[in-house]
Amino acid sequence: MSTLEVSPSEPVSGPSGHTITNDFSIQVATVNGSGSQTANTVLMRSLFQMGIPVSGKNMFPSNIAGLPTWFTIRASKQGYIGRRKEIDFLVAMNPETAREDVMKLDRGAAVVYDEPLKLNQLRSDLHFYPVPFDKLVAPVCPDAKLRKLVRNMIYDGVVAFLLSIEMDEVHKALVKQFGKRKAKAADLNWGAAKAGFEFAARTFTKSDPYRAERMNATAGKIIIDGNAACALGAMFAGVTVVTWYPITPSSSLVESLIGYLKRFRHDPETGKATYAVVQAEDELASIGMALGAGWAGARSMTATAGPGISLMSEFIGLGYYAEIPAVVFDVERVGPSTGLPTRTQQGDILTNAILSHGDTKHPMFFPCSPEECFSMAIEAFDFAEQFQTPVFVMTDLDLGMNNWMADPFPYPEKPIERGKVLTGEDLDRLGGFARYKDVDGDGVGYRTLPGTKHPLASYFTRGSGHNERALYTEREDDYIHNMDRLAHKFEAMRKHVPGPVVRLAEGAEIGFIAVGTSDYAVRESCDQLRAEYGIEASYIRFRGYPFSEHLQDFIRRHERVYVVDQNRDAQLLALMRLELDPDLIAKLRSIRYYGGLPLDARTVTDETISQEGK
Amino acid sequence: MSTSTVTPPPKKTNRLGLEVLSYKGSKTTLCAGCGHNSISERIVECFYELGVNPYNVAKFSGIGCSSKSPAYFLGMSHGFNGVHGRMPAIATGAILANRTMLGLGVTGDGDTASIGIGQFMHLVRRNIPMIYVIEDNGVYGLTKGQFSATADIGSTQKTGAANDLPPFDCCALAMKWGATFVARSFSGDKKQLQAIIKTAIAHNGLSVIDVISPCVTFNDHQGSTKSYGYMKDHESVLQELDFVPSYDDIAVDIPEGGVMDVQMHDGSHLRIRKLGRDYDPTDRLAGLKWLEDAEAKGEVLTGVLYVNPDKPMFLDMLNLADAPLATLPQTKTRPSREILEEVLEELR
Repeated sequence: MSTLEVSPSEPVSGPSGHTITNDFSIQVATVNGSGSQTANTVLMRSLFQMGIPVSGKNMFPSNIAGLPTWFTIRASKQGYIGRRKEIDFLVAMNPETAREDVMKLDRGAAVVYDEPLKLNQLRSDLHFYPVPFDKLVAPVCPDAKLRKLVRNMIYDGVVAFLLSIEMDEVHKALVKQFGKRKAKAADLNWGAAKAGFEFAARTFTKSDPYRAERMNATAGKIIIDGNAACALGAMFAGVTVVTWYPITPSSSLVESLIGYLKRFRHDPETGKATYAVVQAEDELASIGMALGAGWAGARSMTATAGPGISLMSEFIGLGYYAEIPAVVFDVERVGPSTGLPTRTQQGDILTNAILSHGDTKHPMFFPCSPEECFSMAIEAFDFAEQFQTPVFVMTDLDLGMNNWMADPFPYPEKPIERGKVLTGEDLDRLGGFARYKDVDGDGVGYRTLPGTKHPLASYFTRGSGHNERALYTEREDDYIHNMDRLAHKFEAMRKHVPGPVVRLAEGAEIGFIAVGTSDYAVRESCDQLRAEYGIEASYIRFRGYPFSEHLQDFIRRHERVYVVDQNRDAQLLALMRLELDPDLIAKLRSIRYYGGLPLDARTVTDETISQEGK
Repeated sequence: MSTSTVTPPPKKTNRLGLEVLSYKGSKTTLCAGCGHNSISERIVECFYELGVNPYNVAKFSGIGCSSKSPAYFLGMSHGFNGVHGRMPAIATGAILANRTMLGLGVTGDGDTASIGIGQFMHLVRRNIPMIYVIEDNGVYGLTKGQFSATADIGSTQKTGAANDLPPFDCCALAMKWGATFVARSFSGDKKQLQAIIKTAIAHNGLSVIDVISPCVTFNDHQGSTKSYGYMKDHESVLQELDFVPSYDDIAVDIPEGGVMDVQMHDGSHLRIRKLGRDYDPTDRLAGLKWLEDAEAKGEVLTGVLYVNPDKPMFLDMLNLADAPLATLPQTKTRPSREILEEVLEELR
């Protein structure tokens, strides 16, 4: 009995067709709350453990249970880990979306599906593999209450058979996922995976071309989400006060951090915490606490997303004007308003650059990977204290909440830099200080911390007009002098924010500018443009704002420069327009994607070609 | 020309050897006769008399007339005048960063009961160890006389417009939701306010002190319930208070009949002598009832409304290190190379 259910009139390539190895994407369509996260993570890990570069992207609803969710796993022997729009291998578990999911597939894709859905009737140009999940789960999971959760593991076994994923690796991934304490759950799930594998082995004749094969491209690497990487960075940066208010997609950043701090930041002698974490009543309070702590000398941070940023606006202005260090992790999501809370966007770039009323400017760091989440978190704490100002670390839901393959993080060798803080002895030597005086020419004054035991140490911090000595003033000259110094300080930051990554292509007429997670799509797009169209493109990825002088150089070198934005209004481009000369602005073009999913290379390539008129 | 060599009399100093001048701030810019100025004077006296080290005090305020006043006392202490209604957050953060600091917040009724009611309630809920003084005049002075959320129902503005919404009683809120020292006083009652501020200095937990502090420019007229005149007629003083500092050599006498002795966290004592009425400041629920009844009668009860020196405060719940987090060395705050390796191994 053949299980290849294709229409005889339009046969797709059968078992004799070509093979596509380690270059495919799997999409699993399920209902959230059904325990599919475990099955998906195990599938992704199994590929990773076989040495194949892999990425996983969870597209989930803002809901706890019952709504559609999709998990995409991309395996790429070339190491591309950005999202790929085209799905090669669909696992259709959700009756609500199955029809649309199948109709969207390109010809030749494979579909594993729950047999009663009868998806094979929809199209004749796909490879269908029907699986009777309910029948298979009953014998391996006698407890009917658990079946819903174990059922998904069956597709891991089926997919493992169809893609030649090694079952030993599936088992290893399962054990890792459940840990030693949940050995029973791991056993139960392993039984389900095996049942799926055995069913597929005795039932299916493989007809699709996709196949996994052991490589050696992931040795030593780790799998981590960006939020956990930021959390680790914060811990190794020596964060001492963490204040937060839960908001998707940033909550898991602080939750990871709490987990790490509890394990690794208690004094071994006293057992006491060398940190404080406060879940605040709202974001007004979380940023206020972070600034209060930063003022008093702590390394303080908060983490939030767009709606929280809006609420923090007033306090960020105070932090700017009163010059108080704090690190704000902004895990961007789709706005405006509540927007799409579980979808990704680079939606806060413009807002954060000038957050709050009056003339304000704020530095931003743009990590694109877990490695940079870790290293830039550490840099951000040093930077905030060095420049005595709030710093935004701009990640997004894609980076923050998805699992990424990453190189192990190097231990921070540079000692912690606490910036310009005067002690009582310093004050004896200097005979006093003026809090907001630009002594060193970098616009940054010296501060003292509350508790400094010296009659000349105190000063009065305020968000109202103040002179060099931190005294109240409404004088025109005092105000202008202070604001000019703050502007000068911002200019001084250009050389100190993380520098850009520049890739100049020889003879390239066009160039790309991007930040953060646009990186994966842009790099892959550069390869696509070369391979498919013979177009060479240079690429500069900024990792910090204010932009370094590389911006002008890069634009001058090219005829046309495409600024890639994951938002509707070309926010990154708009920020560049604010400081560029008209001749350079004239060279800028915009590529924008704002659908809420991680940016993919094909979108960038197609839009570039369209604008290039090719 | 005089060449007199008369030596000046020795300057009076406190137990730290500091003169009262060391506890003063810059010259006030508030209106002459403003109740807030009297409160500033009481703060100077209390901190001087108890010999509190000004280097160990951090001043906080929000926005408004009241919130300007931290510039007018304790000039040798660091101060932070933040944003409207959000002083509790700043103070909480700063105290977390350096738990050895004595936090002194000064706020107004607009700053606390209107825009800041949320942060105030959460400060209370956390029982953050600090002193929180509400300079309560029922109006927004700095924006020229609008009602605040502590204005009594029926009280009038200078224009004659009457307030038709009920007031928040900040003391009742503080008692209900977790503050551990709650008192109400009147800016014109020097002795009572001194005893209350001194007790707050000794208290280990949140002290909420609501001080009726008349606004001479916008709310001291007939029809105001926060005026000097109204307080003269309607204040009902609950107790006679006496604060005995821990370092005083006076042996603690056995309290006579009618005197309650409360030992504070630092070993000092608050002596409470009842005046006529049988108010028990350790009975929270009864106290709330008293406040409710007084409000109905148009009376303003002043004195210690609630005291509980034993309830755990926020920093203990966090199991916070004794040394200030702000200045912990890198050896305490950056985990080792081996720990990073351990974490990475788990992620492989």
